[in-house]
Amino acid sequence: MSRPMVTYKTSDEVDFVIIGSGAAGGVLAKELSTNGFRVVVLEQGEYLREKDFTHDETKVFVQSLLTNKVNTHPITFRKTPDETARKQQAVLYGSCVGGSSVHFTANFWRFHEIDFKEHSKVGDIPGANFADWPISYADLEPYYTKVEWEIGVSGLAGSSPFDPPRSKPYPMPPLPVKGNGVVFERACRKLGYHPYPAPMAILSQPRAGRAACMNCGFCLGFGCEVAAKSTSLSSVIPMAEKTGRCEIRPNCYVHRIETDKNGRAIGAVYFDAQRNSHLQKAKAVILAANGAETPRLLLLSANNQFPAGLANSSGYVGKNLMPNSSALAYGIFDEQLNDYKGPAVSRIMHDFYELDPKLGLYGGGGLDARFDFTPISFALSGMPPDTPKWGAGFKQALAHNFTRTFQIFCHGTSLPVESNSFSLDPDVKDAWGLPALRMTFRDHPNDLKMMEWMQARALEILDAAGAKTKWGPPVQEQQFAVHLLGTCRMGSDPKTSVINADHRTHDVKNLFLCDGSSLVTSGRGQPTMTIQALAYRAADRITALAKRGEISA
Amino acid sequence: MNSFHPARRDFLQLLGGAASAAWLTANWPALVSAAEHAHQAAKSDHPALEVFTADQAREIEALTACIIPSGETAGAREAGVVYFIDRALKTFFSEALPVYQRGLEATQKTTNELFPGVASFSAATEEHKLKIFTHIADESERQKDGPRRLAPGASEDFFQTLRVHTIFGFLVDPEGGGNRDFVGWKAIGRDPSHSFSSPFGFYDKNYPGWQPVSGETEKK
Repeated sequence: MSRPMVTYKTSDEVDFVIIGSGAAGGVLAKELSTNGFRVVVLEQGEYLREKDFTHDETKVFVQSLLTNKVNTHPITFRKTPDETARKQQAVLYGSCVGGSSVHFTANFWRFHEIDFKEHSKVGDIPGANFADWPISYADLEPYYTKVEWEIGVSGLAGSSPFDPPRSKPYPMPPLPVKGNGVVFERACRKLGYHPYPAPMAILSQPRAGRAACMNCGFCLGFGCEVAAKSTSLSSVIPMAEKTGRCEIRPNCYVHRIETDKNGRAIGAVYFDAQRNSHLQKAKAVILAANGAETPRLLLLSANNQFPAGLANSSGYVGKNLMPNSSALAYGIFDEQLNDYKGPAVSRIMHDFYELDPKLGLYGGGGLDARFDFTPISFALSGMPPDTPKWGAGFKQALAHNFTRTFQIFCHGTSLPVESNSFSLDPDVKDAWGLPALRMTFRDHPNDLKMMEWMQARALEILDAAGAKTKWGPPVQEQQFAVHLLGTCRMGSDPKTSVINADHRTHDVKNLFLCDGSSLVTSGRGQPTMTIQALAYRAADRITALAKRGEISA
Repeated sequence: MNSFHPARRDFLQLLGGAASAAWLTANWPALVSAAEHAHQAAKSDHPALEVFTADQAREIEALTACIIPSGETAGAREAGVVYFIDRALKTFFSEALPVYQRGLEATQKTTNELFPGVASFSAATEEHKLKIFTHIADESERQKDGPRRLAPGASEDFFQTLRVHTIFGFLVDPEGGGNRDFVGWKAIGRDPSHSFSSPFGFYDKNYPGWQPVSGETEKK
């Protein structure tokens, strides 16, 4: 069904131009257009609809149907600043209307109270650039609730003793439990832990004209063709378009934020699909391009007035990248789980969210039972390391294990380290001749130690669950990021942060940033819920500023 | 309840004309039934080769059958993996074509070295094929750490590429051009249905529903 669409000329000075239509950009577009503002959203990728989605991995993964394309947008990687970076797909993000919310797994945890004030509690950590947020969990709670009710989150309030306070229950019950959830739940309880139904941004019941989940099992990496996954595409973007004040403009590669002689943003410069350059004029600019492309765009926008990049007087643009730490443990069971059916996760536990300092580890994490393999990815990477690689033995193992395996995924903290960053590669250019995104990253040693500890607990749970075979791939330094957090952090001090608590850049008064880059700490993984809560809150703050005349003045 | 066997492309075309997701939910059973009928009518078992010659295709098919052999359940041969690879080399895996060209040459040389009287890999007995393929795979492993021992091109590149492409062709959603009639999915126990209802497997069959344990709702 076609959606109503207003269109603006690039010469129209709209109220807001938003760069990016993902988890944050979609929410901001909906909120600001609903509040009466004229909004243009510039999206790098295509405007795909539910009918365009497919389970064909050759399109989705090999040809990057939904994600960034490294043949035209190359990425380089290095571990430390003294190395020369080499081309590598180090970053994966959504590149279509709806952004990464289209292909995500849809785990939707709230951050806990500790995540906002952990520095005050534990103090400095050697090698980390650790800080508190300028806002608290209580400030964000109403917006977490708004996310749950507006985009649609399934879950069971009060089922975890570790959950932070909430003002409302979930709008719909949890998704069906899976075999892995039942086995995980029983084993965790045997060990004295507190497993509970996973909160998921997937509809367990029909809602707002969208179908309930049909349990096809193709969540991670795929778009949902019945719109049961609560993506920006399926939830807030239709609402934004319905206002008649919001234009979603796809295939727009924004490469510069233009400023005037007074240092104010006047709009966004982009290449269209035919590589023609345009300036979309706006009274204010909001970057929601994700934690990699937002800092890159600020750095690409350097000029005489802002030689180090736009909004970068602190030097913090691109710094303190936190991709979340992770580890896996696998188990094979006697009977068929058939966990390829249904969303990836149905049970999680947060007993390790805040680890006892006596362990000598900082932070913590969450564990979930999951199966997020497709048949292909399972054959390539889901079997024990000693499995034959070909022949009858390989086929037998596939036939036996595919329906009997699940993973415990350990999600955890990434500490902010200043040298972990996104920057402009001095040598490699993209297909438009612009400097490529360069990632510099080496895990803080604590994060690796913490993940080893977490993986050992996961293996104990698999033991208690009666796994016939179990194994855990060695915890290694990460060279690939999908959670792109902390790279334009929020803070009160302009010397050590890029934006204030209103998401306004300290340096450019009509420039706002809101996406994973805004986060000050990484939580324990699963950041999308928090990114969207921040976006709802940012929309309120920006609306209040605009209505007081404090943006265009 | 796994009663639907829709072909996705067909039902997505129908989906494109659907008025709303709510409509879709209400009409799903009839819709997928129609889609399945359309798929059965349209499918072709023997697509034309676009990259490989018939001789090359015969060799590649025999090699893929070593990776996923036929048996009580279908293997790479029955899944039409060679046709998947042929199409892939024409399109999204085109950069791998030189790897295949070198790999086929090297396979021929290895066959000649090990079994001089055998005309080609595909013409070898099953026992000989296994020995030749073992050499190719072992050589690939050895090359990770040391110098190659067999003919150039019997390389890590070829074995690894062929293995990955064979897995793709065997297990991809049939919309991607392999896994003919879902034989790959069936061989690994994956129901080809497109929607499912719980219980999904053995362990969740008699699940009583989530219950709080004593003290569960108390703060830690």
